[in-house]
Amino acid sequence: MKGKQHLKEKIIKNIFFLSSLTSIFFLLGISFILFKEGLPLFREIDLKSFLWGKSWYPTYNPPEFGLLPLILGTLWVTLGALIIAVPLGISAAIYISELAPPKIKDYLKLAIEMLTSIPSVIYGFLGIVVLGPWLQNLLNLSIGLCSLTASLLLALMAIPTIASISEEALFSVPKDYKEASYALGATKWETIAQVTVPAAFSGINTAVLLGMGRVIGETMTVLMVAGGAAIIPHSFLQPVRTITATIALEMGETVVGSNHYYALFAIACVLFIISLTLNLSADYFLNKFRRISR
Amino acid sequence: MKRTTLTLILAGIIFTLIIPISQAGEKQIVVQGSTTVLPIAQAAAEVFMQNNPQADLSIRGGGSGNGIASLIDGTCDIADSSRPMKDKEILLCQEKGVSPVPHIIAMDGIAVIVHPSNLIQGLTTEQIKDIYIGKITNWKELGGEDQKIVVVSRDSSSGTYEIFETIVLQGKKVTPESLSQTSNQTVATIISTTKGAIGYVGLGYISSNVKALQVNEVIPEKAMVINGTYPISRSLFMYTNGAPQGITIDFIKFIWSQEGQKIVEEQGFIPLP
Repeated sequence: MKGKQHLKEKIIKNIFFLSSLTSIFFLLGISFILFKEGLPLFREIDLKSFLWGKSWYPTYNPPEFGLLPLILGTLWVTLGALIIAVPLGISAAIYISELAPPKIKDYLKLAIEMLTSIPSVIYGFLGIVVLGPWLQNLLNLSIGLCSLTASLLLALMAIPTIASISEEALFSVPKDYKEASYALGATKWETIAQVTVPAAFSGINTAVLLGMGRVIGETMTVLMVAGGAAIIPHSFLQPVRTITATIALEMGETVVGSNHYYALFAIACVLFIISLTLNLSADYFLNKFRRISR
Repeated sequence: MKRTTLTLILAGIIFTLIIPISQAGEKQIVVQGSTTVLPIAQAAAEVFMQNNPQADLSIRGGGSGNGIASLIDGTCDIADSSRPMKDKEILLCQEKGVSPVPHIIAMDGIAVIVHPSNLIQGLTTEQIKDIYIGKITNWKELGGEDQKIVVVSRDSSSGTYEIFETIVLQGKKVTPESLSQTSNQTVATIISTTKGAIGYVGLGYISSNVKALQVNEVIPEKAMVINGTYPISRSLFMYTNGAPQGITIDFIKFIWSQEGQKIVEEQGFIPLP
């Protein structure tokens, strides 16, 4: 009887072990394929002209594979999204964590969670049909599909992430800190601004980095709404193109095994590296935050 | 512990191998490629499978480049393409011992469209080229209102773009300020809501929400494409590896038939003369 129990436990333990191995397997597999298909590009073009090249004309003769407008497009819409999402997200978190009456707190949390359940293609659709034309009329633009529209929608996607993780960080600040602050005569606002928020800083950092990661990888919305012009951005009111949109736009029709195909994989590698770096640094800050609050 | 782990891994491998083996044995005709040709292929396949119950067709999109790559790899039977095969693809065919045979199944015209409120009635191919390379930037330069031209285009590997580039742009670069969109439908939607916009779509996408311009004084309509006077037109292909056999040739013959060409017309394309 004891032997049978033992065997059952061994099998279950092994199944879980193998399941966790599969995630490592897939991660390594994906990185391998990305680099395998991306590196052949550098037989035709050197790294410098790839990273700093200002024109993306992959099907022209001779083709130009300049990443600069695409990567700046990605960073530009991300910046715009964060400028909107970070203040809103952190303020929402502060309100929920420190100031809201318990009932309102529950409803607010629920509402914010529901924002995450909206598929990104619906945001894109709303952008083309509602937000874009509205901004076009309001600001008298020649076209409403610009990086501002994309940033607004991306901010809507980033706010739930930033708000919920920041709220968790603020909630985990030990009560003693707040009580000590009040004991010294600080007002509620002074406590929040000068004690609670700085104490939760690592957690808030994680929240922002994860929100940024979500925004950088977003494809469908920017594809539909950011405009698609592969130029170096200099204003929020002009159309831009991101790395994700370029891959989605061009992959279907490329000749498999051509330089264009390798170039698309190469820009995917760049995106992968950026995403990975963001997630690793978020992880680093998360660990710091966990250590502090213990 | 080691033995249990090994047994589980072995079981996993055997399981994943069994699945593909059990699939072999059913002969399915795979049609893959251009999203422009896709509606024709789908509509025709539905009727064809109704008329021939033993036929099993699987229609997929993915793009012309994708379809041709599939044909070369041997993973599809028919490759839909909205452009002729490129040199690089032909080279790849020779390397892999594939002999691609093109079958033209329909014609398509590409209309240049603007917002209905635009005063312009028609343009020459030269003027369209100058707009798209960024030389002309305001409608007033062409006799229209003082309004910035918003240039809407397709991604550079789309079959629609290819034809436009060959015939109108003649190899020149599109201005980087042009807005690249994913499909004919998206282009049409943008043109219908943006006053200064100009774009190009397949004839089937002309609706009352947009205004189709005359090109070189020729109205973009089916008759003009068929008699060859409309300048921006193209053929739609289905490629096979070698001369097609069995159900494959039956399907292509069906599309060539009167019933098939009627389906072509219903989908907004132009039947073969």
